[in-house]
Amino acid sequence: MALVQNFPFLTIVFSLTCGVFCAVLSGQGAKRLCLGWLSLATVMSAAVLAFTLKADGSFIYRMGKWGAPWGNEIRVGVLEALMATVFSGVMLLSLLGGMGHIFADCEPGKANLYFTMCSLLMSSLFALIYTNDLFTAYVFVEINTIASCALVMLRDSERTLVATTRYLIMSLLGSGLFLLGIVTLYGITGELLMESIAAKVQANFAAGEYSLPLTVIIGFFSVGLAVKSALFPFHSWLPDAHGSATPSSSAILSGLVLKGYIIVLIKIFYRVIGLRIIMVEQVSQFLFLFGVLAMILGSVSALRERDLKRMLAYSSIAQVGYIYVGIGLHSELGMVAACVQILAHALTKPMLFICAGGFMDVSGGHKNFAAITGAGLRDPLGGAAFSVGALSMMGIPFFAGFVTKLELTRGALDSGPVTMAVAFAAIAVSTLLNALYYIPILFNLYTRPRDGAYAGVHARYRWDYVLALAAFIVLNFGFGLGSEAVVGAVRRGLAMFGM
Amino acid sequence: MAEHLRGLFINYYETAAVILFGIGFTTLLMHRNLLKKIIGFNFMDSGIYLYLAAKGYIAGRLAPIVAEGRTDPARYINPIPTGLVLTGIVVSVSVTAFLLALTCRLYDRFHTLDMDEITRLARKERV
Amino acid sequence: MKSNGLLAALVRFAESGNFREENFTLPPAEKARLDTDTPENRWLASAQHSEKPVSVRFAAWFSKKGMEVFDTLYRIISVFICCTLIGVLLSVVAFLPPFGSAGNPTVNEVVERYVSRAIDETGTTNAVAGMISAYRGFDTLGEAHVLFVAACSVIVLLRVDADARKKGRFIDLEHPGEDMDYEPNSDLVLRKAAKLLVPLAFIFGLYVILNGTSSPGGGFSGGALMGSGLILTSVAFGFRRTERFFGDEMYHLVKTACLTAYALLMAYFIYMGANGFDDHVWLGIPGTILSGGLILPINIAVGFEVACTMYCFYALFRKGGL
Repeated sequence: MALVQNFPFLTIVFSLTCGVFCAVLSGQGAKRLCLGWLSLATVMSAAVLAFTLKADGSFIYRMGKWGAPWGNEIRVGVLEALMATVFSGVMLLSLLGGMGHIFADCEPGKANLYFTMCSLLMSSLFALIYTNDLFTAYVFVEINTIASCALVMLRDSERTLVATTRYLIMSLLGSGLFLLGIVTLYGITGELLMESIAAKVQANFAAGEYSLPLTVIIGFFSVGLAVKSALFPFHSWLPDAHGSATPSSSAILSGLVLKGYIIVLIKIFYRVIGLRIIMVEQVSQFLFLFGVLAMILGSVSALRERDLKRMLAYSSIAQVGYIYVGIGLHSELGMVAACVQILAHALTKPMLFICAGGFMDVSGGHKNFAAITGAGLRDPLGGAAFSVGALSMMGIPFFAGFVTKLELTRGALDSGPVTMAVAFAAIAVSTLLNALYYIPILFNLYTRPRDGAYAGVHARYRWDYVLALAAFIVLNFGFGLGSEAVVGAVRRGLAMFGM
Repeated sequence: MAEHLRGLFINYYETAAVILFGIGFTTLLMHRNLLKKIIGFNFMDSGIYLYLAAKGYIAGRLAPIVAEGRTDPARYINPIPTGLVLTGIVVSVSVTAFLLALTCRLYDRFHTLDMDEITRLARKERV
Repeated sequence: MKSNGLLAALVRFAESGNFREENFTLPPAEKARLDTDTPENRWLASAQHSEKPVSVRFAAWFSKKGMEVFDTLYRIISVFICCTLIGVLLSVVAFLPPFGSAGNPTVNEVVERYVSRAIDETGTTNAVAGMISAYRGFDTLGEAHVLFVAACSVIVLLRVDADARKKGRFIDLEHPGEDMDYEPNSDLVLRKAAKLLVPLAFIFGLYVILNGTSSPGGGFSGGALMGSGLILTSVAFGFRRTERFFGDEMYHLVKTACLTAYALLMAYFIYMGANGFDDHVWLGIPGTILSGGLILPINIAVGFEVACTMYCFYALFRKGGL
């Protein structure tokens, strides 16, 4: 076994250990350790990506002496490695971009715990991406839940406390359903490893046994993970949580945490239940419907919002809708679109949140639209990055967001007439709405405030903020221009992702 | 229908467990009092553990601790659910502690445990 | 300023003996202060003094009665949701494999191997210990970190640092709130009982941890026992005396050492196993304390971590610091 093949497992375990050490270091020490480790983890994940691309296949890494079905396993393919690389890179850049805010927002003496939470969150994201075992997924989903709630409340204020409580309660409801689904599935198959479950489920399905339990189990998984990833009817907790946290937290939560749960759901559809059964059970129609509703209603709510970060949070709800529409199209092209959207949104939304943090710096700490008028002039780099992000969200060609819309359109063309019509309409309306709320902000950012507020204020750039935004802009363009390569990699990854 | 009822009676452990789960889930979702929400959460998790433990039981067999060197698998019950319950309990202890700490802080700030009231007061402060 | 502690509210709640929400809330005067000056209140007040068109009267009625109607509706919806969920779950249960039967899908070759080969492969006679720490050891590593991340979150929420204390945030240590007034100070019965029970709790906890490979128990249960011993010590003899041997630094030291040791042991085990190397671990004599290979040190590490965490929860909830 090549040394590179150990990297996925090492990134998971050492992220855990890095979190433990961050808890006893000083704030600065924890920052250095965490950033250093995240850089290393990104490089390691990139090496795994190169390895899987070269080997053109996925490999199974058994966690211990015993392989399936006795021990835990992780499974690594192109798609997993690509996600891991992007996620760890985005985590690193989000932390860098909001570094000033982290130390200002956390209580003194508790900043190190911020990095603990980030390391543990990263570890759980790696584990969710790589795992091939349902119960491991549950354990790491819980780490993910607690760590992400902690990231919200580390900025100490009443609003974050209330938002955290609501977020935690909704997450726990989701976890409860998810766990009940796992347990019921264990009861009718006797397995916890994904491939073994799939074999039993297929056999049961062919024999017509346990059909009602299977339907309910799929329902539990879908609802449980939809609550956690803020699909439309279950999104009420998200704007508060993402809107009130420190910029890095908002970036990480919007860009990565929501996606972690969706990856688990895709994994369950592909590897545990099997796409054929999902089709028969008509789950995808529901996901499609709610995804469309999320795309439109999320944007409508964003349109009404007068607070920059809350508006971005509502926009996240709409963007999560795109992912679910991709899954709900129920074709290979649709799934490609969903995965591309996961990556594109992970690259775009964190940048917008980091910019929002930068605007707050030059607008006296406020983030409502009136206060940030002209912030793009006071913080030119943030303004440029925000423009790139907003144009990407609107789906202008050569930006990351365009690739998603293109792929989603391709996927919709491939589906039935009604689905195609609905999907086209949804994409069109959503694009229009996106433009309607992003363009006024862009104008707002570059208008000189009439009352001359914050006239003498100029952004004092920190090297980490500059580096993060520059990297985000480059990545966004890179994603848009090199979309062929990315989409090709996603397609290859999906081909080796399933059973 | 009679068939179903018989299924419910045969699986009486699971029946009790899912009723517990349903009550806990609803309490966690709908109740306004934060402490009762936490109690509901513990109900919900206990329901799942009971359900899980019932999956492992096999009538007439012993706990899976090999005694007298007799490793015949037909002597012992299924050890997997036991291990999973253990993991689950640790998770629910952790989450309960977190929720209680949040409740402490919220009570300290808002002097009420009513979640709706807290949300209302927090909104008012923002304006 | 006297902080109105949660425990005090609970005591009030217990004394009054009923479950009405008012018992959790502020005295009326203070509540009224918070409640006044909302837009609807102002509007309502003005509406009462003027001519009352139907719409205003409806609004007044609605703000008075509407809440009651809403409450009733809310309750009905809750019961409905509960019943629907239970109904769906019951219909699933009716179709599940029969309880306690040996022919269930769960009884398969995996279970067979866990029971029959655990002694040869992991050196444990307790198949559950073999399963959670060796066969599925990665899950358990995650589980130990769930506890860690929860403890860190509670620290974030409740630890009162020196700086924050100056700002008068949360529990004021110089003027302790009512929470601590309800604790016994030097209760003779408690002290005598603690003198008897604390050593027992520690010894029994250690016993459960060390014998985790051959009898029921292991790191988590033994650790919880030891944690209860620590909590009892601090209840009976006070924080100052507990702090002498178990303070903030000790807590961080033990926890970091245990979790790091656990992660490294597990990483070694997984790395060797996955690459097909021989891990050179002596499995010991099954049925004795020295058995289970790496499981014994893992159990010890987990046990101490759990004991620390349990005490940490107690200490933070009680006074906001270790």
